[in-house]
Amino acid sequence: MYRYDAIDHALVTQRVAQFRDQTRRFLAGELSEEEFRHLRLRNGLYQQRFAPMLRISVPYGLLESAQLRKMAHVVRKYDKGYAHFTTRQNIQLNWPKLEQVPDLLAELAEVQLHGIQACGNDTRNITSDYLAGVAADEHIDPRPYCELLRQYVTLNPEFYWLPRKFKFGFTGAAVDRAATRTNDVAVHLVRRADGAIGYRFFVGGGLGRLPMLGQEMNAFVPESDLLRYTCAVLRTFNRFGRRDNIHKARIKIVLREWGIERFRAAIEEEYAKINASVEGDELLLLPEDVERIRAHFTTPGYKPQAEAGADVAAIAARDAGFAAWIKRNVRAHKVPGYRVVFVSLKAPDHVPGDCTAEQFEALADICDSYSFGELRSTYDQNLVLADVAERDLYEVWRRLDAVKLATPNIGLVTDIVSCPGLDFCSLANAGSIGVAQDIYRRFDTLDAQYEIGAIRITISGCMNGCGHHSVGHIGILGVDKHGEEWYQVTLGGSPGNDAAIGERIGRALARDEIADGVERLIRGYLELRCDEDETFIECYRRLGMAPFKARLYLNESEAVAA
Amino acid sequence: MTAILRAGEIVADDWTVVEDGRTELGAAGGKVIVTLARWREEREALVAAHAAVGVLVPNTADIEAVYPEISDRPLIALQFPAFADGRALSQAVVLRKRLRFAGELRAVGDIIRDLVFWLGRCGFDSIVPRKDQDLEGCRAALGELSVAYQASADGHTPVWVRRRSGVAALS
Repeated sequence: MYRYDAIDHALVTQRVAQFRDQTRRFLAGELSEEEFRHLRLRNGLYQQRFAPMLRISVPYGLLESAQLRKMAHVVRKYDKGYAHFTTRQNIQLNWPKLEQVPDLLAELAEVQLHGIQACGNDTRNITSDYLAGVAADEHIDPRPYCELLRQYVTLNPEFYWLPRKFKFGFTGAAVDRAATRTNDVAVHLVRRADGAIGYRFFVGGGLGRLPMLGQEMNAFVPESDLLRYTCAVLRTFNRFGRRDNIHKARIKIVLREWGIERFRAAIEEEYAKINASVEGDELLLLPEDVERIRAHFTTPGYKPQAEAGADVAAIAARDAGFAAWIKRNVRAHKVPGYRVVFVSLKAPDHVPGDCTAEQFEALADICDSYSFGELRSTYDQNLVLADVAERDLYEVWRRLDAVKLATPNIGLVTDIVSCPGLDFCSLANAGSIGVAQDIYRRFDTLDAQYEIGAIRITISGCMNGCGHHSVGHIGILGVDKHGEEWYQVTLGGSPGNDAAIGERIGRALARDEIADGVERLIRGYLELRCDEDETFIECYRRLGMAPFKARLYLNESEAVAA
Repeated sequence: MTAILRAGEIVADDWTVVEDGRTELGAAGGKVIVTLARWREEREALVAAHAAVGVLVPNTADIEAVYPEISDRPLIALQFPAFADGRALSQAVVLRKRLRFAGELRAVGDIIRDLVFWLGRCGFDSIVPRKDQDLEGCRAALGELSVAYQASADGHTPVWVRRRSGVAALS
């Protein structure tokens, strides 16, 4: 875990004072609504339907117990006792009072949490692999690089007023667990044949309107040039990103309008100029700079005796609940005797991603006792205890289960990703939480879920796409039609190595049709699959849209319409 | 005269902005700022008639391409048509860091107090706040945050460089 030094502390503390003064001036009428809007967004404060929403950055999804305890405290003191984990590994409070936000931020700053650049037209929190440091398929731990990049883009004055939001996704593993190519920039750490570390840069991804996957811009940027190349991309965007139309302001539109060759040439030209100037010297990372940050991300003190623990299989044979949880929520760890434990935030009748004060506290205690004090957030709105000894698994399960955090559904049909939707968000056209719960109830027996197997259902309440509907195997997009909530369904999206943007299947379904429609799609898949090992997405890719369309729409003419 | 910020202090502005189309160019022998278009057309006449001529460059201009025409100017002004339009911030950094422009770099347009800190960091030493802004507040805003991670164009040493010589000594 990265530990702040005096510089980091001073920055966050001074930032709170700056925002406190801005809030005071706004409340005193010295700042207009529009001016203050830009300022509060850059501190994570968003205006929702009923109250402000405060988004708290969780850098590359890494949390520690002191932060979890502080979250428990602030959601009780400033909110309604719960918070929400987002698809970008961040945390949102739904009900803070504007005049109390400076105090809230001051409390968060005590534990290295803040809302700096959590919203607004700036560089946002960097998302990364929730298994960083523990995955067997990892070639380079991305966390030190994420932290170096975080510092470079935090309060960077040149890139503080960009045309539109700008997101980074980072991975150093073979399996992409951070939906990296859905970001404006994806960075893949690579090791060349000669052993040199570098970055494969993708640029131009983005969900929301015109969802696109990032395109490869440079196959190997040397390790020393992370900030130089990033500067080139951001400067190109700041200069050429459209400012005449907010819906066409993301960097993906520049890529689309220019084509990849011209776009790449512009970035490479700027990169070469940076390298040739004093800026290039300042932005150059030395090996010692990387090592200094890498030293923060130490390997936990794994105990060799962890191997000689309780017999997990024997306990599982006696306890079906534990067995189901082991099967679905526990994964292999690169160190023998340890496992990765997924904490499901998708309990029945629970808002996907929500976490209560009691759950924050329980998680703080559990990770202190059983996972070296750390917790990670995932882009599908669950949590991870990355380093649990096998002999502690039963106790961890018991404690998680006691606070409804052990639903054995990771990666299954009820592990639904959903934005807050119309219940909270002022951008939303339709509700998403209610739809998630309706679909959940259709499949809430474990047997049904296991039979269906791996599937990713994602729901957004509007086309801004916070629920990542474009990259769901079944994506659901809420739309407004004459004041009514309707839902468009896309199929075949995926966020990972096989990243793809889903295809729209046909007309939207009404609120009272959507859960039935999704159920028909899934029952159709069970009939269509060639065997039990073929997943929904594999089946869709083999057969295409037509057989699914025939099942979604009962009316025959709709089903055959193009 | 308008009061502005220059080098961190509130001072009376000694430059006159001359809009395109105006034939009268301010006090003869005075200091004037003209648009890039006018500078290109009337360069000799402008220089002959005034003590100093500064140039206002649109924020859509390729600053590197334009620079040979204005590199000897004592003042370059960059535009902020809206305070949240940050294009001129990149122009400023390129002017200062790459092109080594050492003259007065002025920010004009929709400049509110809460933009001032960022302008200072990008190398603007001359700032003309919007008419309704509190100048003393704008001056104070220049020092709102004393620490920074990056170099940018205001003399900060990047944090990764500072840490090379012993961790986290605050300057």
